[in-house]
Amino acid sequence: MSLATTGHLARILTEHQDALLEGWLNGMLSRMVRRDKAAEAEMRQQAMRFVPQLIKALDKGGSYDIDSASWTDVRHLLQDISASRVRQGYTPTETALFIFSLKEPLFGLLRTAMAGDPAALATEVAETGMLFDRLGLLTVEEYQKSREAVILRQQQELLELSTPVVQLWKDVLALPLIGTLDSARTQVVMENLLQKIIETSASIAIIDITGVPTVDTLVAQHLLKTVAAARLMGADCIISGIRPQIAQTIVHLGVNLEDVITKATLADAFLVALKRVGASVTAIAA
Amino acid sequence: MERIPILKMGDLLLVTIQVDMHDRLAMTLQDDLTARIVKDRARGVLIDISALDIVDSFIGRMISNTAAMARVLDARTVLVGMQPAVAITLVELGLTLHGVRTALNVEQGVKLLQRPE
Repeated sequence: MSLATTGHLARILTEHQDALLEGWLNGMLSRMVRRDKAAEAEMRQQAMRFVPQLIKALDKGGSYDIDSASWTDVRHLLQDISASRVRQGYTPTETALFIFSLKEPLFGLLRTAMAGDPAALATEVAETGMLFDRLGLLTVEEYQKSREAVILRQQQELLELSTPVVQLWKDVLALPLIGTLDSARTQVVMENLLQKIIETSASIAIIDITGVPTVDTLVAQHLLKTVAAARLMGADCIISGIRPQIAQTIVHLGVNLEDVITKATLADAFLVALKRVGASVTAIAA
Repeated sequence: MERIPILKMGDLLLVTIQVDMHDRLAMTLQDDLTARIVKDRARGVLIDISALDIVDSFIGRMISNTAAMARVLDARTVLVGMQPAVAITLVELGLTLHGVRTALNVEQGVKLLQRPE
């Protein structure tokens, strides 16, 4: 496969730019599932940016190798388009169609322009076809990458959302844990809690595990690590919200929680914490 | 020779470690500290490590040894100001410094030492 251009493609693109653009847009819009004015306008604008870039890349590099430097601008443009389509909720097929629907009008033009030389036409069509296949694949690949980036960001946000550290009283912090504790989450939990201890100089922290569905040896291990780290910094931890089922599991597993203060409810833990910092809450008689 | 200063505050001794500890320095500190506890008749020792970003297993052991030595000499030791990253590393290393008391900062450490046992 030769990657050198024959020059025909660039010439035809330059000469028939407007006709090509119209044909392309009509083809794209007829295939589009969702049609609205804003999407149409955006698509038109993207197409109008793409064709000149394509011509420039063909002229400058004289090559169909889309990994080469002369195609950098085209690649960046396609990356942007793919990324914006991920955000707008297009399917991968719709994204790839952006490139593939250019083929049809382009081949029509090639056929008219090179009618006198069938052999050259066949070669040109084959090579152009391959070029657009590669560009189409690039859009799909970029689509995938953008989507993965979105998922990764959401994961990160979920992680931070699920581990808030709240201050209940002067010198008393609470960390209500929700969801399964794994190593990655424990790391975040630990860092958040310790950082907050430093910031507020709290002397006691309540770790509430009401929202943790299962406690196995690994989770218990993680909890003990967090308690130990807080102790090293000079703060005490209370573990609260232990459900009867979990208490049974802990004992059956032989987990040693003897060095840690444990309470059944957050309220009980809070009372202990208040006593430690020398405060008390009483009900006002009505 | 490089030395870590030991400050006297009433019947307490304050050691603020502000340079990266290497093994020789740690041993010198141990010698100096035990000597000062006896000489000044100190009742408590505060070791402030808030400026340390790295505490390795040797320093960890040296701290718990120092605490044990101080106890023999009838002085209580409080380790203050450990950074979160240091605490996490020590826990991952399995060094929980048993028998060493800790506080968030020097102020709370002093309070802890003044409280009767």
